[in-house]
Amino acid sequence: MFLEIKDLSVKIENKNILKSLNLNINKGEVHAIMGPNGSGKSTLANVLAGKEDYEILNGRINFKDNDLFDLNIEERAQEGMFLAFQYPVEIPGVNITPFLHSAINSKRKRKNKEEIDNLSFAKLLKSKASDLGINIDMLKRSVNTGFSGGEKKRYEILQMSILNPDLAILDETDSGLDIDALKIVTDGVNKLKTKDNSFLIITHYQKLLDYIKPDYVHVMVNGSIVKSGGSEIAAEIEEDGFQKFQ
Amino acid sequence: MNSETLNTLDTYSKNKYKYGFVTEIDDEKPKKGLNEDTIKFISQKKNEPEWMLDWRLKAYSKWKKMKEPKWSNLSFPEIDYQDIYYYSAPKGFDKKPKDLSEVDPKLIETYNKLGIPLEEQKVLAGVAVDVVFDSVSVATTYKGELEKLGIIFCSIGEAIQKHPDLIKKYLGSVIPPGDHSFSALNSAVFTDGSFVYIPEGVKCPMELSTYFRINAENTGQFERTLIIADKGSYVSYLEGCTAPKRDDNQLHAANVELIALEDAEIKYSTVQNWYPGNEDGKGGIYNFVTKRGLCAGKNSKISWTQVETGSAITWKYPSCILKGDNSIGEFYSVAITNNFQQADTGTKMTHIGKNTKSKIISKGISLGKSQNTYRGEVSFLRKADKARNYTQCDSLLVGNQCGAHTVPYIDSKNNTAVIEHEASTSKINEDQLYYCRQRGLSHEEAVSLIVNGFCKQVLQELPMEFAVEAQKLVSISLEGSVG
Repeated sequence: MFLEIKDLSVKIENKNILKSLNLNINKGEVHAIMGPNGSGKSTLANVLAGKEDYEILNGRINFKDNDLFDLNIEERAQEGMFLAFQYPVEIPGVNITPFLHSAINSKRKRKNKEEIDNLSFAKLLKSKASDLGINIDMLKRSVNTGFSGGEKKRYEILQMSILNPDLAILDETDSGLDIDALKIVTDGVNKLKTKDNSFLIITHYQKLLDYIKPDYVHVMVNGSIVKSGGSEIAAEIEEDGFQKFQ
Repeated sequence: MNSETLNTLDTYSKNKYKYGFVTEIDDEKPKKGLNEDTIKFISQKKNEPEWMLDWRLKAYSKWKKMKEPKWSNLSFPEIDYQDIYYYSAPKGFDKKPKDLSEVDPKLIETYNKLGIPLEEQKVLAGVAVDVVFDSVSVATTYKGELEKLGIIFCSIGEAIQKHPDLIKKYLGSVIPPGDHSFSALNSAVFTDGSFVYIPEGVKCPMELSTYFRINAENTGQFERTLIIADKGSYVSYLEGCTAPKRDDNQLHAANVELIALEDAEIKYSTVQNWYPGNEDGKGGIYNFVTKRGLCAGKNSKISWTQVETGSAITWKYPSCILKGDNSIGEFYSVAITNNFQQADTGTKMTHIGKNTKSKIISKGISLGKSQNTYRGEVSFLRKADKARNYTQCDSLLVGNQCGAHTVPYIDSKNNTAVIEHEASTSKINEDQLYYCRQRGLSHEEAVSLIVNGFCKQVLQELPMEFAVEAQKLVSISLEGSVG
């Protein structure tokens, strides 16, 4: 099993957020999690990435034969986990290019691969950026600083395509995007998809799933997955909302 | 602050200072302590003319009546001025060596270790360097090439011998010996430092640089630097400093004077990396520095950039007196304090002429149990019509046992003055750390990256050749283990 979440219960500040959650993802699969606000979707993403604010009450997570709880944030990232943030944070004064260069090299170091040099990295970055329709001028700016909502999301996808993760988690990447930006973002995901990597797409709206075809759709309500199935579930939600699952 | 952050901070505190080695070399010193004999000894060693000795002795008699300024936010035991050596030179240094063949190979090796090669074929391209070891200047590179342009770049000792007119006219003209106790002390016992004169209309084609090294034990270093930019000239100057690791505190009391005449520009950059003491606050340099620039002529400009990472105590306020109409003063500062370091640093901008402008950008980063203070004074005198100041001070706290303080004074006697002041204090942002680590950067790398980003506005003011070095130094000051 590629990612296996078993009986996961999590709380933050005395509030139980995830309750005995189970989820299995195999290599090459695209899973979508849909659910109303406050159902715990973003908590799940952050627990997977290793954010330290949460208390794990019960359960376990296996990722590529590792006990995920044995790895800290950067080790999980280096093992191939990528989180596209819902609200990417601004880091003033830190230029995009060296930032990503360090990121890719820390991953290569863990895999005992040779570091990628400046010139080859600059080439890689340029080609990926132009694939995603990102203006080269944007690469001279500081990480997320002064970016519009759409630019931030596009930059998340650029980072994802550079780091080429085994498991990409997209946390409400579609929120706040107009149709054009949504197309660019989803194109990026579709281009990156292979039989060897997996995606976990968290979304509130069904719209995103018009562009990315998930293999499985899960409905999350009140900290648990209450229904799983194919893309027909997304259509159900589109018609009736989350009401009937609650 | 979560536990992992605190753990990482703990490892930062085990600061490793890579310039902490000692050069074993026979040296020559007078007796410990400060008195007229000590001053005569120094003056004689430097083969100085009578008038210079008189000047020193006058400063000494002023110093005897003065007390150390006490207004800073620093605490340290009383300095015992009678327990310090005021001069130390490698044996046989009565005359400055003519070329490197006369220099003890141990000294050349020392500078190689510090990354400052002196040998002809290895000198840093595009940078002329004067190296000062304890109390004497060891070598000055690229001298001949500069002479062709009429530029004088030599040790202050040599300038006293060869250019007495310039010294008599300008030495002490910006920082009078009686200004305060440290300027009086320096004027009495200064040993070496650099002298620069750029003739009218000449743009100095390379960076001029001085590298100060304290080696001997219990020895004070009293650096004196004087830079004069004649009408329409330009010079960029950089100083760097290191010292061995020792358990005792050592005193460094420097005076630096800059004079920019009409349409001239001086850019002065410092990368200060004196030994900061160990993680328990033992040892380290007491750095009491007076730096002042006079924009004497119309349209002149003086710009100070400093990266302060070393010293147990830093007391330093590079200032500009904006006398010429339309003159410009700038101050860009990064001060990082870790462990038990204390820094009280900032600037003074005195607007005298019309349309004078000043800009202050200060970035303070505090870690460990350190205290970091920005202190600034911006004043507008009566005739400073339409003068402007912009001040921005930002403080970043890493950890929860350190302190950041901002003490800005503003004094305006002219109601056409425009003053803008922005200040911020923030903790290192956990969301930024999370973001960087999710991309695979270690906690240390992430902190270093964020802090370097925080300082960027200042670091980009440094000459290209040094910006990268300074960036590395910033990372080292945070990490201690890298490099």
